[in-house]
Amino acid sequence: MSDPGFRVSLQQRRAANPFTEGSRELFDLAGQGRIDTFFLGGAQIDGTAAINLVRADGKRFPGSFGSAYMYAVIRNTILFREEHSRRSLVPKVEFASARGQPKALLTGKALFSWQGRFRLESVHERFDVRAETGFDFDAPSEVPLTPPPSNEELDRLRGPVAKLVAADYPDFAKRVWGIN
Amino acid sequence: MAEQPEALAARIPDGALLALPPDYSLVAMEVVRALIRKKIKGLRLLGVPILGMSADLLIGAGCVAEVETSAVSLGEAGLAPRFTEAVEKNLIKVKDATCPAVHAGLQASEKGVSFMPVPGIGSSDLVKERKDWIRQGEVVLVPAIRPDVALFHARWADEAGNVWIGRRRELATAAHASKITLVSFEEKKAGDMLEDEILAPGVVSSIYVTATAHAPRGAWPLAMPGVYGVDDTHVSQYAKAAKTREGFQRYLEEWVLTPRKSSSPA
Repeated sequence: MSDPGFRVSLQQRRAANPFTEGSRELFDLAGQGRIDTFFLGGAQIDGTAAINLVRADGKRFPGSFGSAYMYAVIRNTILFREEHSRRSLVPKVEFASARGQPKALLTGKALFSWQGRFRLESVHERFDVRAETGFDFDAPSEVPLTPPPSNEELDRLRGPVAKLVAADYPDFAKRVWGIN
Repeated sequence: MAEQPEALAARIPDGALLALPPDYSLVAMEVVRALIRKKIKGLRLLGVPILGMSADLLIGAGCVAEVETSAVSLGEAGLAPRFTEAVEKNLIKVKDATCPAVHAGLQASEKGVSFMPVPGIGSSDLVKERKDWIRQGEVVLVPAIRPDVALFHARWADEAGNVWIGRRRELATAAHASKITLVSFEEKKAGDMLEDEILAPGVVSSIYVTATAHAPRGAWPLAMPGVYGVDDTHVSQYAKAAKTREGFQRYLEEWVLTPRKSSSPA
């Protein structure tokens, strides 16, 4: 965070949001190629790296937000989904809100890279990845464990990062770190 | 010029295409409650570019026929329960969009052109469903969006009929693009804000403003940044109550249909 070349913009920041031209400025900034990395979640994510934020199995989700655009125009998109299950990671999404070429997919249990197909890079704990993943993926013969965060990283997450996050996501901060 | 929130609501006819901001961007909640009290019907909501609690209330109260939006969400409080149920039961029509396409459609109206190009979105299934969007090479042409009414809440209104929205410039775009603009406000300011170089960049000029209404704490339970924050406790109480039809009805009776209680904090 102290590196002057690295800037984190929280889109839903309640105070001191970086934009002054309204919510379109974020998209204009991205369209010019001035956002390097973006995190994008999906109710469903499939084996072609398409994400679904609209509907599945008769259930309605909130909607696509800006994903259709951001995924296509930003160079490094990191997909994430805390729930790692056949329900969330599916062979084919029912509705493709957005398609793109992600850098990686991170779940609560594993990390995948993308090379035209997902490739399992590491697991956070040992589990039967194929049984709990709805899409096919490549994997090395020996799957490494994701390195745990260092004490220094944990201190930073539990200290200044938690405080920043709590200002905009109070429920999340309370649930994860027990702070108000 | 300044009216009561009820009088602003009275200017919005059944079936209007109504542009509303997201929960983070100055929502005229007191006027939204007045719309429910006057039992408005058949509204077509436009999310600029997404919607939240205001839309969920209107949908649950049976005021809405159609929604065009990039999403409807209560943020950390989760899914918008009345929107979700209405869509799953096929009670309202949804025109799914994506944020930059909504902004571009409004900007087309601002400029008086028929279409605006949006890059990047061509491979989304949204484009298959939106027959009014034209895919052309690298871009998708989205048609101009011209709402009948733009409705939002402002920090100040002045004696010249201008309103101040600060950095929430999507509200200015919505006002420029809409046939009429109705604005509730926190406080009256003497004089003309356009004569103040510091305030002027945050102003929507009276050229676009059709009518204003004084509504202190008029965005509650949502925020007026710099004056009051979101009432997170109330919004999450709403999200829980609105999970069932009965719970939603009880919420309406307590917080919407009883006018005096609705604009005071919990």
